[in-house]
Amino acid sequence: MAALEEEFTLSSVSDQKPLGSWSVKQGQIITCPAVCNFQTGEYVVVHDNKVLRIWNNEDVNLDKVFKATLSAEVYRILSVQGTEPLVLFKEGAVRGLEALLADPQQKIETVISDEEVIKWTKFFVVFRHPVLIFITEKHGNYFAYVQMFNSRILTKYTLLLGQDENSVIKSFTASVDRKFISLMSLSSDGCIYETLIPIRPADPEKNQSLVKSLLLKAVVSGNARNGVALTALDQDHVAVLGSPLAASKECLSVWNIKFQTLQTSKELPQGTSGQLWYYGEHLFMLHGKSLTVIPYKCEVSSLAGALGKLKHSQDPGTHVVSHFVNWETPQGCGLGFQNSEQSRRILRRRKIEVSLQPEVPPSKQLLSTIMKDSEKHIEVEVRKFLALKQTPDFHTVIGDTVTGLLERCKAEPSFYPRNCLMQLIQTHVLSYSLCPDLMEIALKKKDVQLLQLCLQQFPDIPESVTCACLKIFLSIGDDSLQETDVNMESVFDYSINSVHDEKMEEQTEILQNGFNPEEDKCNNCDQELNKKPQDETKESTSCPVVQKRAALLNAILHSAYSETFLLPHLKDIPAQHITLFLKYLYFLYLKCSENATMTLPGIHPPTLNQIMDWICLLLDANFTVVVMMPEAKRLLINLYKLVKSQISVYSELNKIEVSFRELQKLNQEKNNRGLYSIEVLELF
Amino acid sequence: MGEFKVHRVRFFNYVPSGIRCVAYNNQSNRLAVSRTDGTVEIYNLSANYFQEKFFPGHESRATEALCWAEGQRLFSAGLNGEIMEYDLQALNIKYAMDAFGGPIWSMAASPSGSQLLVGCEDGSVKLFQITPDKIQFERNFDRQKSRILSLSWHPSGTHIAAGSIDYISVFDVKSGSAVHKMIVDRQYMGVSKRKCIVWGVAFLSDGTIISVDSAGKVQFWDSATGTLVKSHLIANADVQSIAVADQEDSFVVGTAEGTVFHFQLVPVTSNSSEKQWVRTKPFQHHTHDVRTVAHSPTALISGGTDTHLVFRPLMEKVEVKNYDAALRKITFPHRCLISCSKKRQLLLFQFAHHLELWRLGSTVATGKFLVSGKNGDTLPLSKNADHLLHLKTKGPENIICSCISPCGSWIAYSTVSRFFLYRLNYEHDNISLKRVSKMPAFLRSALQILFSEDSTKLFVASNQGALHIVQLSGGSFKHLHAFQPQSGTVEAMCLLAVSPDGNWLAASGTSAGVHVYNVKQLKLHCTVPAYNFPVTAMAIAPNTNNLVIAHSDQQVFEYSIPDKQYTDWSRTVQKQGFHHLWLQRDTPITHISFHPKRPMHILLHDAYMFCIIDKSLPLPNDKTLLYNPFPPTNESDVIRRRTAHAFKISKIYKPLLFMDLLDERTLVAVERPLDDIIAQLPPPIKKKKFGT
Repeated sequence: MAALEEEFTLSSVSDQKPLGSWSVKQGQIITCPAVCNFQTGEYVVVHDNKVLRIWNNEDVNLDKVFKATLSAEVYRILSVQGTEPLVLFKEGAVRGLEALLADPQQKIETVISDEEVIKWTKFFVVFRHPVLIFITEKHGNYFAYVQMFNSRILTKYTLLLGQDENSVIKSFTASVDRKFISLMSLSSDGCIYETLIPIRPADPEKNQSLVKSLLLKAVVSGNARNGVALTALDQDHVAVLGSPLAASKECLSVWNIKFQTLQTSKELPQGTSGQLWYYGEHLFMLHGKSLTVIPYKCEVSSLAGALGKLKHSQDPGTHVVSHFVNWETPQGCGLGFQNSEQSRRILRRRKIEVSLQPEVPPSKQLLSTIMKDSEKHIEVEVRKFLALKQTPDFHTVIGDTVTGLLERCKAEPSFYPRNCLMQLIQTHVLSYSLCPDLMEIALKKKDVQLLQLCLQQFPDIPESVTCACLKIFLSIGDDSLQETDVNMESVFDYSINSVHDEKMEEQTEILQNGFNPEEDKCNNCDQELNKKPQDETKESTSCPVVQKRAALLNAILHSAYSETFLLPHLKDIPAQHITLFLKYLYFLYLKCSENATMTLPGIHPPTLNQIMDWICLLLDANFTVVVMMPEAKRLLINLYKLVKSQISVYSELNKIEVSFRELQKLNQEKNNRGLYSIEVLELF
Repeated sequence: MGEFKVHRVRFFNYVPSGIRCVAYNNQSNRLAVSRTDGTVEIYNLSANYFQEKFFPGHESRATEALCWAEGQRLFSAGLNGEIMEYDLQALNIKYAMDAFGGPIWSMAASPSGSQLLVGCEDGSVKLFQITPDKIQFERNFDRQKSRILSLSWHPSGTHIAAGSIDYISVFDVKSGSAVHKMIVDRQYMGVSKRKCIVWGVAFLSDGTIISVDSAGKVQFWDSATGTLVKSHLIANADVQSIAVADQEDSFVVGTAEGTVFHFQLVPVTSNSSEKQWVRTKPFQHHTHDVRTVAHSPTALISGGTDTHLVFRPLMEKVEVKNYDAALRKITFPHRCLISCSKKRQLLLFQFAHHLELWRLGSTVATGKFLVSGKNGDTLPLSKNADHLLHLKTKGPENIICSCISPCGSWIAYSTVSRFFLYRLNYEHDNISLKRVSKMPAFLRSALQILFSEDSTKLFVASNQGALHIVQLSGGSFKHLHAFQPQSGTVEAMCLLAVSPDGNWLAASGTSAGVHVYNVKQLKLHCTVPAYNFPVTAMAIAPNTNNLVIAHSDQQVFEYSIPDKQYTDWSRTVQKQGFHHLWLQRDTPITHISFHPKRPMHILLHDAYMFCIIDKSLPLPNDKTLLYNPFPPTNESDVIRRRTAHAFKISKIYKPLLFMDLLDERTLVAVERPLDDIIAQLPPPIKKKKFGT
């Protein structure tokens, strides 16, 4: 803050209240912005390139303060909280301020070559170690130097400009995360590029080159007359100063990089000098003759926020194909052919590409394998990759792999890398919307095992697909089910119990909800039922479907759905399958009501609510069909009786409530001994 | 300890009026409460929530709004179109001023306290300047189409928000013109209601306006743009009241379903600076409409049709988790509405607009039966209680106080403007009533009336601070003397006590100490040292002439009038301190009496217990059981004697409004069960509990 205040006062802009103002003698020129030495609270400035001045708030006359004449010309003094300021000389050498003051006339070495000029610099503290980065330019080529102070290593990188060789970089900004310095540059073509520079270089001796990648397209007009400036606000936001169109006025705009959208913009009619700082949620810039401070707080970047403020009309010049990442296009290609393609496309996240890559990364290898090799080989490769686990691009590689596999499946009907897909699904990173083809192919192949896995893992399966799965689960033959290896977690072995619990069963029939169906004078249908009570017990106690099918159906019961979307699809299921499913659900219901907690045994059984909801749904969708079927008659009667018993339970509950209320009243009356009485009181 | 025959009376058909408004004063930590009958009560929250003052109601004065201004000045406005200021010292109405805008529905004092704003039936908002002794009309704001039901000032005092029917207006105070008009959605659960009444508004310093309305919504508006920011549907019925904490970090709303909701400004995520209003806690302490709420720094205060005044402390704001952190529900007035004639076994009940005189019944059970009767037995009645008299007041004013003489032949009562004295004649079963006419001018209004034990003297505490002594003989009366208040004080006396021998008269105001006068010599005898907490009840013991004083912090003192000092017993009690459970009772002692044959006994009661203090027994310490509801059974006399202590408590009768000793072995207890009160209230909004 102090550094800014300093600049502000020294620039002699006086429309606001300055905290302090100092000026150099006439003839002297300030060649470097003043900074505050946070450790001592003093200010440091350089005038006439070589003369260093240090003073504090009490000093009035800048002529009388501490002065040191240096042996080389200073480019910038850099200061951040927590460390001593650094002095960067025009020749690229760096000194600590204290060390420099100890011997001001010490010899300063030359680091950069002739005709190389420092364009920009920034000073960070990474893990308590100061890191200095500066950019130089020589004949249109840009170089980045990273100076580490803990190891005193200076690393030089060449910035590759890509195809557009004659573009000039106009402004830089940088932010730092754990491993990389993210250098953003605003080019003369109006686009913002990002370059990732590793903090810990792989090989400091070698001259390495860095690839830049496009971050935002055409944020400012390419041929802007005045200065343009760029500053990073946080990891998702950048502020850009400049005119968005060649003719329009200058403008401050804040962009969301993540969603490629304009967050806000403000016109600056009086022109700017191309200087922009961001400090403590305030943007500082020179606007006309004044320093303008705009408070700006970056909201957490969200899609909704970004969409709400999308500004198409403002940017007629930007003919961006898509603002959003298209998941359909395989990202693997991007990784593979980054160098040639990259500047054309908008990518979300890039990797640095160090010029000499000793070996192909495993992800790339995997992708090439998918395209050509046999199923067996692919399986081995996938397993290898999964064993490596959490690389930063793990999600994208998995996504790319699945899309690659599915594409090949479509192209070659015989190719079906089932085990591979199963493994990929079990990584928990896939969803239906990421690879809709996966379930489609599985449905085509009637691969119930894979479908079950999908139903368990994917959170976003559309109702139509759920229904298609249900159809297959109901229609698939028992013999073909035998061969599959379905996850039986949700199914409890009912058959074992059924013999054992025969007695219990009978009892629950009576106890069920406190209502005895025998007593119910349920008209003639009841009599019909009573004719073969033996059958009934058998029917209700034995599971109507085989265990494996039960497991599959349970997966359906567990899946999420919305009634309105599900109902139309349920109508397409053949009636005998509906009956079968209903029978199964009714069986589950009976099993549920066997115990007091109304739950099924097993690890992950369907809940009573799920069962009841599905019964209702099926009946809603298919009642007219089911009611005509003779074989469904008994089931419907049972269900009817079930509902009837529920109603009577509620009426019983209401009766109990009323009785309790009456009891309470009686109790009150007992206590309430009328309006007047004479009683005996004894005090102890 | 003793056995008593208790006349258990439940025919006192008293129903408190519903609470209409509450206004909290942060400076003095007092709460003003107005009821639907126009009564205004002042509760001192620092003095254990004691109702220390009250202003009697008036039939034509339905109070709709109540507010504190200029520090501690209290104003009310109502449907008669008048703004009134209350004199908190003399306990009368200072003045009433017509606002000339029809019935007044709302009132708000400016943040600085120097201006008063009222919202009228005709749609006008009127600004009044508060001068040191009056208020002065300043100007009208732009008139609106319909009545102004709620008002709120912006804390800076530059803008106000006014809630009306179907819309909220924002006014600029300087120009008096409406800046914004925000239309409130009439939709109610998808059905369009005829009207949406904005029952309450609150203007926050950041420009947010919070409104509550009849469609059950709590809505947040941006006053700068006049747009709706957020809406919470919280009830199926009207949301009738809102109050915001001074820090503006929490507010409370009350609904017609009896629910009170607490809203708090909480960070969106932990340690984020961005905050939003979240409905945090629902409280269901009321059965009926919550007409009004207030937000003190530590508690939510609510009141409504079900007549309860509820203090719900905010646990996060309470520093010490002591008894103050408990919920408090105040239902009954903290003064005595009942007087009793011991000689004729009569009870006089005081209602808002009438008096009832009842004669107690009797039982054939003799002393022998009583001895054989067990605790809790009901004795057979030989004669039931009779309703002898129903005395209606003339005029619209509520009765302030009433008294029946111990001999039963005099009844006196007073309203704000008139004092009435009646002479009763009993001829066998007939009773005749004769009003004593020509009351002197100075006996216009009384705050407290008391007859001497022999019924020959009448003591009247007038609202000018004077105490009058009137001689009664035969059918006539004679003014004997008036004790004028000490110069400079105007404080009204609200409690009187006379010694059974008629020599001493004790009088207590709301804050100053208790004065004791010598009635024979007609001069001030002494003043009991002032105590921090107001007096809730006092009485003078026979023979010893010890004055027993109960304070709102549950302390009881005994002061010897002849010696002009506290008695030894009182000093012992103070030294040892009362039992902690005794101090934690939340209703004040409202009546004290003595046993004529047992000079060591003091009989006192609050709403939930009746206690006999036996001064001869050791005091209980905090380890002993204060209240033992079970009779000692198998314990030997030794243990019994060891555990016996001075406080003999009975909690059988509750809520207990009055308890007195008729003779040595007979007590009368007047109970008013809450269920009987609820039965007389309008039915609450029916809520479905469960079912198909």
